[in-house]
Amino acid sequence: MLSIDRSIIDAIVAHARRDHPDEACGVVAGPAGSDTPTRLIPMDNAARSMTFYEFDSMEQLRVWREMDDRDEEPVVIYHSHTATEAYPSRTDVSFAGEPGAHYLLVSTREPDTEEIRSFRIVDGVVTEEPVEIVAAVDPHAVQSYMFGQSPATVDYECSDR
Amino acid sequence: MAIEVRIPTILRSYTGGAKVVEGSGDTLGDLLADLDSRHGGLRARLVTDAGALHRFVNVYVNDEDVRFLGALDAKLNDGDSVTILPAVAGGAFGFAAAAAIAGHRAAVAAR
Repeated sequence: MLSIDRSIIDAIVAHARRDHPDEACGVVAGPAGSDTPTRLIPMDNAARSMTFYEFDSMEQLRVWREMDDRDEEPVVIYHSHTATEAYPSRTDVSFAGEPGAHYLLVSTREPDTEEIRSFRIVDGVVTEEPVEIVAAVDPHAVQSYMFGQSPATVDYECSDR
Repeated sequence: MAIEVRIPTILRSYTGGAKVVEGSGDTLGDLLADLDSRHGGLRARLVTDAGALHRFVNVYVNDEDVRFLGALDAKLNDGDSVTILPAVAGGAFGFAAAAAIAGHRAAVAAR
């Protein structure tokens, strides 16, 4: 399961909407071994395409080095599909080179509907996983914040396929 | 001649889990052959059957992408640092079209 903060999801969706109809892409880094995405790093889509994305190799080197220096790893690698469903294409599977990462896909085909799915892609095998979106609640905030009208957590179950 | 090589997670099964290994060679091609003698199978993950650098990886010498330094012919010196990263790419596109773009890019880089 991918557990991720609502504020990060909102920023990823906003990035995807902003770059629509081109595909958007990026990384969410987190402390090594924590499986917790904490630091959003939107990346340039060097392909600037509606159907393809590619990190700029020099930007990637900089970002990967920075993660290394901070003892972080790429917990989430995200990109958008702008006309099709949020499911890994054969191209996505061929390139997937981070076996420890959650591959998060956002579809922007519907302007008003948030379509987010997460996958593990290891040795060419795609496994969907549920996404738990955790509301950003400051643990030190006054307690009444905890009893709002909206639920603190949203769970997206895997789709059938 | 020692060259430090940083290995990405996905290839550490070839290096016994090591994140950094050392090797030697006058060119990137020589270095990969040297590494393969101790870490069998590593080279095949980086170099295609046709003898070109694989599309799915980025290789850097110090701060430069080797695609702009002559790829496997990139010259190496003692003390250089080589970094290997998985290329991050994909998208809704079909694979055949992506491969065509890869071919085009390789041709552009070779100019």
